[in-house]
Amino acid sequence: MNYEAVIGLEVHVQLKTRSKMFCGCATEFGAAPNTQVCPVCLGYPGVLPVMNAKAIAKTILTGLMIGCEITRHSKWDRKNYFYPDMPKNYQISQYDLPLCVGGHVGKCGVTRIHLEEDVAKSFHFDRTSGVDFNRAGTPLMEIVSEPDMRSPDEAAAYLVALKEMLVSGDVSDCDMEKGQLRCDANVSVRPVGQEKFGEKVEIKNMNTISGVRRALGYEISRQATVLDRGEKLQQETRRWDDETGTTSVMRTKEYAHDYRYFPEPDLMPVIVSDELLEEIRRLLPELPEAKRQRFIRQYGLPEYDAGVLVANAALAGFYEKAAAGSKNPKAISNWVMSVSDITATPIRPAHVADLVAVIDAGRISGKQGKDVFARMLATGMSPVTIIEEQGLAQVSDAGAIEAFADQAIAANPKSVADYKAGNEAALNHLKGQVMKLSKGKANPQLAGEILTRKLRG
Amino acid sequence: MSGLHTLSIHELRDRLRRGEVSAREVTQSLLDRIAGVDDKLKAYMWLNPDDALRQADAVDAKGDKPLAGIPIAMKDVLNVAGQPCTCASKILKGHVSVYDATVVRQLREAGAIILGRTNMDEFAMGSSTENSSWGVTRNPWDLERIPGGSSGGSAAAVAGDEAFGALGSDTGGSIRQPAALCGCVGLKPTYGRVSRYGLVAFASSLDQIGPFTKNVADSALMLGVISGHDAGDSTSVPRPVPDYAAALGRGVKGLRIGLVRECQIEGLDREVDAAVKAAVKKLEDLGAEVVEVSLPHMQYCVAVYYIIATAEASANLARFDGVRYGARVAGDDVIEMYGRTRGQGFGAEVKRRIILGTYALSAGYYDAYYLRAQKVRTLIRQDFEKAFQKCDAIVTPTSPEVAFKAGEKTDDPLKMYLSDIFTISVNLAGTCGISIPCGFTAQPKLPVGLQILGKSFDEETIFRVAHAYEQATAWHKERPAL
Repeated sequence: MNYEAVIGLEVHVQLKTRSKMFCGCATEFGAAPNTQVCPVCLGYPGVLPVMNAKAIAKTILTGLMIGCEITRHSKWDRKNYFYPDMPKNYQISQYDLPLCVGGHVGKCGVTRIHLEEDVAKSFHFDRTSGVDFNRAGTPLMEIVSEPDMRSPDEAAAYLVALKEMLVSGDVSDCDMEKGQLRCDANVSVRPVGQEKFGEKVEIKNMNTISGVRRALGYEISRQATVLDRGEKLQQETRRWDDETGTTSVMRTKEYAHDYRYFPEPDLMPVIVSDELLEEIRRLLPELPEAKRQRFIRQYGLPEYDAGVLVANAALAGFYEKAAAGSKNPKAISNWVMSVSDITATPIRPAHVADLVAVIDAGRISGKQGKDVFARMLATGMSPVTIIEEQGLAQVSDAGAIEAFADQAIAANPKSVADYKAGNEAALNHLKGQVMKLSKGKANPQLAGEILTRKLRG
Repeated sequence: MSGLHTLSIHELRDRLRRGEVSAREVTQSLLDRIAGVDDKLKAYMWLNPDDALRQADAVDAKGDKPLAGIPIAMKDVLNVAGQPCTCASKILKGHVSVYDATVVRQLREAGAIILGRTNMDEFAMGSSTENSSWGVTRNPWDLERIPGGSSGGSAAAVAGDEAFGALGSDTGGSIRQPAALCGCVGLKPTYGRVSRYGLVAFASSLDQIGPFTKNVADSALMLGVISGHDAGDSTSVPRPVPDYAAALGRGVKGLRIGLVRECQIEGLDREVDAAVKAAVKKLEDLGAEVVEVSLPHMQYCVAVYYIIATAEASANLARFDGVRYGARVAGDDVIEMYGRTRGQGFGAEVKRRIILGTYALSAGYYDAYYLRAQKVRTLIRQDFEKAFQKCDAIVTPTSPEVAFKAGEKTDDPLKMYLSDIFTISVNLAGTCGISIPCGFTAQPKLPVGLQILGKSFDEETIFRVAHAYEQATAWHKERPAL
């Protein structure tokens, strides 16, 4: 039978804030275990949480980027479950009044965005386990999508678009290797044409976007196979194993948690005032799609170039600086796109503009340009300095070229005769001789013009 | 210097400021008293005499800090850096605090000496201090009887002249009821008046820290020190702290005192009723106008309280799991470790309440219990708002009965819960209340407490009424024979 997949994603994003969600501890990644902790994030007896306003602002900013409705009066709830990585054995989260509701990422609907605190990290040794609480209490934003995706590719595209948006808004660095963006997927299959959703399976432990794509691909075919055998699927949570490329059961529905949510009595409700909302609205970055369109319009770039540049905020920023005031923004795009690591390059945007200008003015050839650019990448020097230093400037002095042309004509009577007999290609040989005599510095176009004039004259 | 331990904070402060006694002498006198009588009372769970004397030597007792050189005892539920904090529970055995509660910092800044730790019902759950893993504290007026609870150690210490002042916590009456049963002054401030940071939570939306003292003026002095906004407690309210001392001595003339119709309950002790009625008569004689008010939802208070308080407690006490601190009983896996640690670490009453609260929050029961209880809580709050439109303060008995014998009610938790009937509504409404001595039963001689309730953040009025009554009577001067 033919099946259609129905996919929804739950994405957890660590917010880029200096301090944790409910205490002043640092959030930096990679510190020695249990060095970024205090009584509050360790859940010591008697401590109380205090909200991090920055984290709330970043969540609202995300909501505005995604086009959510911002909840003006939201609140905190306690989500109760026991686990060694949970200092209080409840997580402060948002249950029925999340900060943001609705919105879209591309064509996929977003159900809600809420804020909570991250848990610690468990490590298992031979006979014991350890917990590193550095991560515990890091602001964590959960973005829940509608079940609008129908293929692993659509799910991957959703994640790429979401990531792009969050990075552009400086909400998070979204480094999946550091766990800054984590994704759980809900997936079910149904016979094509059927309206009712199938039994949904939640997949956890996918650590890369390609992992999400592979896990979904595997799970969709697994579910289809089960149904084709005439068996039934059941609601369950499965774990993705990236090495074997398979999923396996973590827990079935009977073992689903009862989180016993109730309003967090230690925190006041979150009231989003008009003033705060306006303040955050001013921080809204240009969204990637709008930026791509603007690059095409403003700089006359092909769609491909706009896509490549906008996908990397640093690259786009570099490009805009280089292209400002340039007569040839497309040429600038070619050079900029060829830089492999824009954040590490010593090149200055203005120097790329200079390089394009000297090539367009005919001072150096395009081929020489490549050498100059390579030297710019290595040294950070300006193209003008490099050209002078290496004596690369083309000879565009007609007098000098005429002298070379005369020499070439005198030394190659056969070519002259061929040309005069109508063999246009013979001109190239003479041009080559002029270039050779000028040690490659003659402006080839000018050399061609002078030779033609002389031979016809 | 003998006899210093019988003084009030104000009396002591005058002598310290005049240089007649030193902070060391005061502290030593108190330590001697504790050494002399605490074998009988068992108010203190932990004491470090050397540390107390060191603090006394470091303080400038002649300075103008409000509590300079005065030792204050702490209920074992408040964090004091470097001191144990066990909440009288086996599960926190050996746990030493790593930070000071905000009230402790405020007391230190006011020049107070942070004395020992007083006994309590485990995690503040109880009305008799019998639910302590450490031992049973005795009532100074009759050593066979309980001191009330849950802050029984603090109340007994102050009433037995083993402390000049003490801090307790009040979630459903845990300051006012033991104050009444021991014959001292106990204040539950308005929710949000005093920072809860550093108070081990029982029920976060109901808990407040408050003082035990020998008289009303001392209570006002201590509240002035421990109240105020704290950025570390989001529920503390940014309101200026009034000069509570200024409220004293203004009399009750022109004040309207409310008597609650619903307080004439079955089970109200005849002598308690008579003492409270006599107190009301006294206030009338002093110029107050008595009006009848109604709190129509009072009959639901105990039910609402035991849903909300246990629900919050079930989450608050989840952190005691043996993973990071306190006692751990090993198991083959983490689930077994949790079960053994909590099974052996918590006492019966704490377990009972965790189970009740977990049940009340469970899927399918939340709406019927927790949500409904919150709605009734709103009605109770509105009852008080309406009542306070008709009067300036409300007067009730603090407890329907006087101190009972140890072991008398331990088999009947429901009966124990019902003894909180007059105090619980105040925590649900978030308002303030004070208990002061208003007489004694005849045989045996046991103290009776008068509860005076005020509007939110109107501690000034209840101090004013309490002080006027206290000035006109001598009950607070009576001392148990120990």
